[in-house]
Order: sequence, then structure tokens, then C-alpha cells
Amino acid sequence: MTHAALTTGPGDVSPIDVRGLTMRYGTRVVMHDLDFAVKRGEVFVIMGGSGSGKSTLLKHLIGLKAPSEGTILMDGEDFGAASEETRKQVLRRMGVLYQNGALWSGLTLAENVALPLTEFTTLGRDAIGEIVQLKLALVGLRGFEEFYPAAISGGMRKRAALARAIALDPELLFFDEPSSGLDPVSASRLDDLILQIKASFGTTIVVVSHDLASIYRIADRALFLDIDQKTMTALGSPADLRDRPPNDAVHRFLTRSSEGVT
Amino acid sequence: MLSGDIARDRRRASFDTAGCAPILAAVRFRMRGGHGCDANTNGRSDRAHGTEIVTTAHASAQAEIRRDGEGFVAVVSGDWNLERAAPHFAALMEAALASAPPSASDARAVTVDASALGAWDSSLLIFLRQAQDYCDAHALRFATDGLPERIASLLALAHVVPERVAERDEPRPSPIARFGLAGLATWDVATDALSFAGEVALRGALLLRGRVRMRWREFWVVVQANASGALPIVTLIALLVGVIIAFLGVVVLKRFGAGYYVSYLVGFGMLREMGALMTGIIMAGRTGAGFAAELGSMKITEEIDALTTLGISPVDHLVLPRVLGLFVMMPLLVLYADLVGIAGGMAVAVGMLDLTARQFVNGMLTAVELSDTLLGLFKATVYGLIIGMAGTMKGLRTGSDAGAVGRSATSAVVVGITFIILSNAVIDWLAALLQL
Repeated sequence: MTHAALTTGPGDVSPIDVRGLTMRYGTRVVMHDLDFAVKRGEVFVIMGGSGSGKSTLLKHLIGLKAPSEGTILMDGEDFGAASEETRKQVLRRMGVLYQNGALWSGLTLAENVALPLTEFTTLGRDAIGEIVQLKLALVGLRGFEEFYPAAISGGMRKRAALARAIALDPELLFFDEPSSGLDPVSASRLDDLILQIKASFGTTIVVVSHDLASIYRIADRALFLDIDQKTMTALGSPADLRDRPPNDAVHRFLTRSSEGVT
Repeated sequence: MLSGDIARDRRRASFDTAGCAPILAAVRFRMRGGHGCDANTNGRSDRAHGTEIVTTAHASAQAEIRRDGEGFVAVVSGDWNLERAAPHFAALMEAALASAPPSASDARAVTVDASALGAWDSSLLIFLRQAQDYCDAHALRFATDGLPERIASLLALAHVVPERVAERDEPRPSPIARFGLAGLATWDVATDALSFAGEVALRGALLLRGRVRMRWREFWVVVQANASGALPIVTLIALLVGVIIAFLGVVVLKRFGAGYYVSYLVGFGMLREMGALMTGIIMAGRTGAGFAAELGSMKITEEIDALTTLGISPVDHLVLPRVLGLFVMMPLLVLYADLVGIAGGMAVAVGMLDLTARQFVNGMLTAVELSDTLLGLFKATVYGLIIGMAGTMKGLRTGSDAGAVGRSATSAVVVGITFIILSNAVIDWLAALLQL
């Protein structure tokens, strides 16, 4: 998230470049022939119906699953074939906000945010403490440092998890269904935070979502995964895709229509 | 935030740059070797314009505080990186105040000049927050006009007071109060356990009268899981316990020339005590913990709540099949453990003493009676009920956090084994009273 790194960064190399990716569950193909590249500094939304493989794709992008076929290049580096050291460096540059926050329940919010810092940096306790306070303040959780995840609301848990995800000032941020389980106000507040992080730090942000309001608001570009065709069938700005839908499935999705669905 | 060598250069300087008013105090921070950041080893000093300028091979975070008219200007420059040491505002400000004339104490504001700022990350925000906090504490106005919008907006975001101030935890009660609270908690657990046992007994009785619908499929799953599933471990442990009893008998009884009576010891030991006890302990660890973990997970995923809101009793649906399954299977498992244990004991006796298998069996049959076997089987049914109830109760009382399932499983095993041994003592005492 360091500015120089973003502006002078690795040239025109895309932070995420997916080439011919096929994803499988056992022998069943979930999605095949995915080809797309995420641009530096954009909010890229992966959208699609339930069960279309959005979260599975995210798991491939963050290295939790290996591609059945194809490659995923992170800053030009083949994530799947990378050495342990390279993988760790790539992971160091990314932050992930999981669907349910995934805060470690045995740690306080401050300890949750501090863990990536102690793991990846050699900073002292005081320095880490200051970073933790800043990150929690950025997500509106000043004063909640010593709380355990069980003692706060779902919306606050998600924001605390966001504080943990941005602890290391990542260049790449992943969100899995950020608005799921949140009331409209909390969901909109999280969208504000996403936009603020993008505007201030220039972070590249990948969001898995099927929340239309959120998609229209935050996405620079959106990728549509079609559950019937088992591949991506649209890529572009959500407003463009809505106005000039390339196929019926995209039209139905972006206009919340169930017309013609059998 | 500061680690590594810090050279603080306090000096009066007349530093004049374009657009800057004369400076009364200039404070410059230099850092060396902060986390691999080599800032000074390749540095050189340039004493042009009557001040010292440090240039480094790798640009690093620099902050300088200058007196400017009514207030101070914090000049931030260079590249700010979270993993390298960064300046600390309060220390810089104190140094600036110390080297400034007394009139500086009437300063009204601190402004920020970020015109020479290079790359930045959260470390710059931390410095600016320190500045903001310092200004708040010293009644100074902190002006962020000189900051790029994207930094100023983040700073404003971090300064927003949360929608509700975190409530502080209540003060820790005194030791006496804690003792009392622990006592009350124990009482609650005991009454809860009794009411749960009562409910299970009641629903069990209603089941016998055909007024409760139980899921028999679950019952058979429990029976199957505790029959073929538990046999290997029960075989191993029972065999070894039989062997151990026989060894003990051989060593002690041989001294009195009474080696023949090893069969008595193995027979009584396995049938009355060890067969049931060891099987009970195995099943508490294996099945009791399993019940607690299974129901605990169901509690967390709201499956139990879903049953309750449908008007289905979790006791009928989940507890009865498990408790009854163990109630039926435990005596059978214990009978099997008895036979395996006796076989193990017999093998040792025949191997180490001048005894045949027939002599061993005949000796044992003259000593033990059917009532000894029945006593062991009675214990087995009691243990089955204890394990089933402890496991299911702990599962249904699971909390909502990730560690809760683990605690429930542990607690189910501890409670199960404790009550098994306790009930064993009570049953033995009653058996002695009744001369069984």
C-alpha cells in the first residue's frame, strides 16, 4: 500500500492475472476457462448466483486452493509454482476479509490485529500497539481494543476483521461477501470503507459479492460467473453491463429479474 | 516507534527556503539502521545555508518541526514505511519547544507541510495521529490543510468518535465475592444437571408408554458406532487389563504357594470391576466426547434452535437415541470385555504357572457366581446412562464461540469419568452391604 510501490510498482504487470483457470470439486468442474486480469488500484467485483463458484475462485486467488488447470499470476509470479519464500512474500502483500470475519475468538480485537504484524514484521510492542490503535480507529472501533469478538456485534466484527486485513498495509485486499449478514447501514458503511481505502491508499481490491446495491456503488469492473455455462460470460463496469447486457443471465442478475428462469 | 540509533540534532538554525518564514527552531530527526533500513551509514552532511541536511542512500521517513509565526509547522518528507523506524511527534515537539525561545510557548497551532513527501503508508498516519493527540492535549489547533486530501480524509476517519463508547468491564470482584459466585455457579450447574437428568428420565418413561416419538434411525447409528466402532479399542484395553491382573496375581500369590488362585483374582477382577470400569472410561473418552462435540456443533449452527422452534424436543430427537443406544450397548460391550480380559489373564496364568486352561477355568467357576457377572453388567448400564447424559447435556449447553465445543467435549469426559468412578464406589458399597 506504499504509494511509491503503487505508482512506480512493477510496471504494467497486473497484480492478479488469471489464465485459463479451471476449478474442480473432486471430478466435478465448477468453472472452466477463466481468463481475466485485475488492474492496479481498481475495485474488481466477482459476481454470480449462489453456488456459481465465486468464493471458490476467491480461494484460488488467495492461494487456499490450487488450480486444476491454468495459472494464476500475482504480480507476474505464478502463485501455484512459487517457492515457499515467494509465496510468503505474496501473502505478506495481501489482506483478506472473510465472510464471517474469522476473527480468532480466543484473542482480543487488539491481539487479532497485532498477530499479522508480529508474524511478518520485527516491530516492537509499542510500535505494533500504535498501528493496532490506528487500524481499529480507521474502522471506527476506537476504545474496543480489549474486547473479545464474542462481545461485539456482527457489523463490528466485520470491521475489526477489516482492521486485521489492513494491518500490514496490503497492496491487495480481498473481500468475501462483505455485506452478508449486515444491516443496510452497516453494509453501506463497509462500502464507504472500501472506497476510502481505495481512494487513500490506492489499494487493489477484489470483492466477491451478489449484493447489487454494493456492486453498483463500489465496482470499477465486475466479472460475471454463469452457473449454467460454468464459465465467465461478462466483464465490464456494472452500469455498462446492465445497460448493454451481453446475455440474458447477466441481464437477469443485474436487474434482479427472475423472468425466463425455469 | 523509534528503534535503532536515533541522532537528534537540536540546534538553532536560520533555515530559509522559498515560501518559509524565518525559523526559530529546527529539529531534525535522523535514523540509523532501523529494521534493515540503512539511513546514515551512507549519509553525508551538507552544511550549506547554515544547517545540516542529511541525505541517505535509501530515503527514509523524516520529520521536522519549525516555528512559523504564531505556531509550528511539522514538515514531513521522505518515504514512510511501516517496517522502518519513524519519528515520534511528541519527542520532536518537546525538542522544538526546548530549543525555541520562551515566546514559543504561546503558539496556537500546528500545521503540516507534506510538499516533499514521498511514498507513505500507515506509519505516516501514526505520526499525524500523534500530532493530533498532542495538539488535543495541549489545546493547540491541528491544521491538516497542507495534507493531500487522501491523507486528511483518512486522518479524519481515524479521529471520528465511535458511535458508542466501549463499555468498560466491571471491576473484578473481591476474593470472597468470587468464592460466593463460584459456589452459586456450581449450584446452578448441579440443579441444571439434575433437571436435565429428570427430563431425560421423564421422556424415557413416556417413550416406553408410546407417547414420545424417537428417531430410531439415530438409535441404530449409535448402536452401530458403539459396537463395531468401539470393539478394537475395547479388545486391546480389556486384554491388557486382564494380563495386568494376572501378572499381579502371579507375583503376589506365588509367594504363598497359592498361584492356582490367580483364576479367582482374574475372574472377580474382570467381572465385578475392571471390565465395566475400563469400558466405561473408554466410552466416556470416545463416545461421551463425541456426543458433546456433535451436539455442540449443532448448537452453534442453530440446528438445536431450529428443532425447538418447530416444537420438537431436542431431548426426544437427540438425547434419547444416544442415551438409549449406550444403555443397550454398554452391557454387551462389558460382557465382551470380560471375556477378552479373562482370556488375557488365562494366557498369563498358563504361561507363567504350572496350570492348564481347564484348571484355570474350573478354578474360576468355583469362585465366581452369576451375581458377579450381573453386578458388572448392572454397572455397565449405569455407566452407559452417565456417559450418554453427560455427553448430550454438555453438548446442548455449549456456548457460542469457537472454543466452546472443545470445552464441552473436555467437560463431558471429565464429568463422565468422575461420575463413573463415584457410582462404582457407591455400587460396590451397596453390594457389600447386601452381601452380593
